[in-house]
Amino acid sequence: MANQARVGVEGSSTVLSGVGSETLNLRKRSRPGEKFIQGTLFICGIISIFTTMGIVYVLFTESWRFFGSPEVSISEFLTSTTWQPRVGEFGIWPLLNSTLITSFIAMVVATPLGLGSAIYLSEYATPRIRSILKPILEVLAGIPTVVYGYFAISFMTPLLRLIFGTSTVQIYNMASAGLVMGIMVLPLISSMTEDALSAVPRSLREGAYGLGATRLETALNIVVPSALSGIIAAFIIGISRAVGETMIVAIAAGAGPRFTFNPFEAAETMTGHIARISSGDLGFDTIDYNSIFAIGLTLFIMTLVLNILSGYVVRRFREVYE
Amino acid sequence: MSAEPIQPLTPGSVRRLPQGEDFRRNIARRRFIGRIWRYLFFSSLIIGVIALVTLLGTIVNRSFGTVAVQERVNPATLADRPLEDLSQEELLAIAQANISGNVRRRLDREEPLAERNEAELLRIIEEFVLQREVVNSWPLSETLFNYRHIEEQAAEEFPNARLEFRSWVSWDFIVRPMSRTPALAGIRTALLGSIWMIVITMLLAFPIGVGAAIYLEEYARDNLINRIIQTNINNLAGVPSIIYGMLGLAIFVRGLEYFTSGQFLGPGGAPNGRTLISAALTMALLILPLIIINAQESIRAVPNSLRQASYGLGATQWQTIWNHVLPVALPGILTGTILGMSRAVGETAPLIVIGAATYIVTDPSGPFSSFTALPIQIYNWTSRPQDQFRDIAGAGIVVLLILLLSLNAAAILLRNRFRRSI
Amino acid sequence: MSVLHDPNPLNPNAIEARGMSIYYGAFRAVKEVSFSIESQKITALIGPSGCGKSTVLRSFNRMNDLIAVARTEGEVIFHGQNLYGPDVDAVEVRRRIGMVFQKPNPFPKSIYENIAFGPRINGWKGTKAEMDDLVEQSLRGAALWDEVKDKLKESGLSLSGGQQQRLCIARALAVEPEVILMDEPCSALDPISTLKIEELMFELRRQYTIIIVTHNMQQAARASDYTAFFLMDQDRAGMLVEYGPTDQIFKDPKDERTEQYISGRFG
Ligand SMILES: Nc1ncnc2c1ncn2[C@@H]1O[C@H](COP(=O)(O)OP(=O)(O)OP(=O)(O)O)[C@@H](O)[C@H]1O
Ligand SMILES: [Mg+2]
Repeated sequence: MANQARVGVEGSSTVLSGVGSETLNLRKRSRPGEKFIQGTLFICGIISIFTTMGIVYVLFTESWRFFGSPEVSISEFLTSTTWQPRVGEFGIWPLLNSTLITSFIAMVVATPLGLGSAIYLSEYATPRIRSILKPILEVLAGIPTVVYGYFAISFMTPLLRLIFGTSTVQIYNMASAGLVMGIMVLPLISSMTEDALSAVPRSLREGAYGLGATRLETALNIVVPSALSGIIAAFIIGISRAVGETMIVAIAAGAGPRFTFNPFEAAETMTGHIARISSGDLGFDTIDYNSIFAIGLTLFIMTLVLNILSGYVVRRFREVYE
Repeated sequence: MSAEPIQPLTPGSVRRLPQGEDFRRNIARRRFIGRIWRYLFFSSLIIGVIALVTLLGTIVNRSFGTVAVQERVNPATLADRPLEDLSQEELLAIAQANISGNVRRRLDREEPLAERNEAELLRIIEEFVLQREVVNSWPLSETLFNYRHIEEQAAEEFPNARLEFRSWVSWDFIVRPMSRTPALAGIRTALLGSIWMIVITMLLAFPIGVGAAIYLEEYARDNLINRIIQTNINNLAGVPSIIYGMLGLAIFVRGLEYFTSGQFLGPGGAPNGRTLISAALTMALLILPLIIINAQESIRAVPNSLRQASYGLGATQWQTIWNHVLPVALPGILTGTILGMSRAVGETAPLIVIGAATYIVTDPSGPFSSFTALPIQIYNWTSRPQDQFRDIAGAGIVVLLILLLSLNAAAILLRNRFRRSI
Repeated sequence: MSVLHDPNPLNPNAIEARGMSIYYGAFRAVKEVSFSIESQKITALIGPSGCGKSTVLRSFNRMNDLIAVARTEGEVIFHGQNLYGPDVDAVEVRRRIGMVFQKPNPFPKSIYENIAFGPRINGWKGTKAEMDDLVEQSLRGAALWDEVKDKLKESGLSLSGGQQQRLCIARALAVEPEVILMDEPCSALDPISTLKIEELMFELRRQYTIIIVTHNMQQAARASDYTAFFLMDQDRAGMLVEYGPTDQIFKDPKDERTEQYISGRFG
């Protein structure tokens, strides 16, 4: 076998030299420059893999240390409703609970508003109105979240306290953070939904209009269902964004884990807790240090599952029109 | 013309579909419902607009307003002319005569009093001799619509104070270093920190991001490893920023402390790895997916005919990419890069986790110095209960938003320019 | 019987265009077109690309309303009323005058729901069994029933192109139109599917007025009763050159441009 192959190679080189290799050489030339460039670019691409591996490695090893320490057990972490490092209580639920409550409030605000804006922009707005209103949503999307946090504490909280009374609404509360987070997520949902809606071919709309459907009937019965996978994906990404959001909750939702379902009370979220613990002078290899990685791991898994889910929804349920 | 009457397709169904006046009513009802929903859709958009206006309004409301200023020492006892008119020597004499002990030594250590200019001396005299302080502040809305109330309150609570209109955003605010007194605090160190960080971040993220995009679009074959890279990038884009902060904390701040603190350059580095370079590395990883995905889209949009034309002339793959693909894709790539840049400027959570300093008076001197950043200061000030910190937090936000705005404006200009030249 | 009452039930014309001009913004795409379309006949609109055939067709059921820049002048008379009159509702017009498009565009719903959609939005009142019946009748009317009766729950997109187009016709039939507009309904189909649609058109002619745009001369000659030939003017506005019985247009055109166009295309 090997012999034959060599013969073949020799044979072909003979043919080439027979043509006259001084005048025309079509033999594959090695281009070290090109190879080097390709290699470098590949390394650029592979850096993202290292990033993920780094994240996973860091979260897992530090969490491993955390769960390895004597005062912590995984079952307690996953079931207990108290998180009090001082007395060695490490139950994720108070943090998780308030993360879920703030995210829920945010989605209650952002989903209808995002859907409504998207439908208006894609189905109703004249080009002129669109060109005025859409940039406003884009500006909203570009505002740093720390600014939203400022907005929550200096506008939304006083407003809530004015409406519901200062005895009902605490200075730091989940409702204010959740509402403002809803405003933050709104442009994301709106723009993803609008993309999905405008991907629905014009011919489908014309088909509906041709049967005597009104604009609303066309939008709700034909366009929205046709774009449903994209809309659901937007919704899931919205949740993921809300769950991972830090600054708004760190500023407005309150410090200190509390297990409460009352949105007008203060309760620290997972991200808020990580931010607060690490903004002190955090010593490495303390239980506090390790604990935030366990929380981070929980957060990472939650958002990862949500992101994968949204990708799955898009792929699995996408309508192929052509 | 056929003689037989029109045969309805389904005699049963005709009666089921409203006819005549019925149908007219049916349409009127549908139109009415349509109008209501249309208003609903429109109002959700308007709520977004209102939110934005309220947000900006809240910030402006806090960044401007009335302050009550009070001085312990009457300036008339120091000089016979207004202090602003005095020369450097006269100011120096006042400062030397009235400031003593620790404060004097500390100021001299920062920079000898004698070498300071008029403006600085004036500021020092106001702070340490006159002990001018802002004892209370009121937002813009009250200043405009309820000034009487401000006057009454000031007369009652601060009889010695005088009321002044104050813009918390000012040139002083931008160039002054940090201070524990809100009225004297500035954001210079934070602004410089942010600028340093963003420059290093972009130096890292732009070439790597564009390189990765070129690899994925132009070189990568559809095999397992490349599919993994692509999926991975898409998933990284959805990882919360605070997780990147934890990555940065464990790897750059802690694991690579020897390098990120600058100790490998010899003694005199930062005391730990909580430095600009750690922050920039973290931010670079954070915005890489954003840059890559955007760059990929613009590279993908370059028509294939262009590549084929170039290959047809005997160009190698890289020559084709460099001379033909990249120039066409550049406007899009730049837009994505600016998006990433804006994101990095405003990101706060990772910096908190990495442990950016909240109080620091010296300007950052290079990649290996400890630092603070604009959003960190805003967060820090916002978290304090006192009103005046809210005011300067608002002012800080104004500066941050202006910075973001100019970045985006620059992006648009740059993009249009490149677009025209192609 | 209908809201749009016909004062003269013996009027043989389903639709009559009077001095109709259609603009896209400042551009006049169609200029001063006047002609009458006879009931229960097939009328073919032919002419070179861009001469405004689709524009004319779409103006018959006010589909052009959906294009922001489009504007129609002149009158389109249907049951004695101007479709562009001030109090005429486009939704009602479209229920009476259905449309089938160039590319089959079934909704991404089940075959059953594709048919049921039109009646439902138009206020159809009846039982499930009656709807089943309507779906069957409509599919039979479009000669599709036998092919899909076992898979009504499957997506309309799962059908072949020709079947999809017939589904779109069935869908149009379900809302009981009087006129069906077809814009090159066969151009995306293979010859066999095309033939099926043509046969279907002959069947439908017994109950409906059909107006069809086609680029296929044989189709126009074979399948239509009347033919209208459009051409672009110097200023690129489409105009009606000749209109008459198909036989006459193809065998003995009065206008020499018609003659040129038809013979050029026949080769
Ligand atoms: N939505 C629109 N906006 C602006 N101009 C349009 C629009 N639709 C069509 N036109 C213009 O109107 C003219 C007539 O177009 P139309 O589609 O009616 O032609 P057609 O005869 O159907 O052509 P074809 O045989 O290619 O379908 C063309 O010049 C076209 O460019
Ligand atoms: Mg056409």
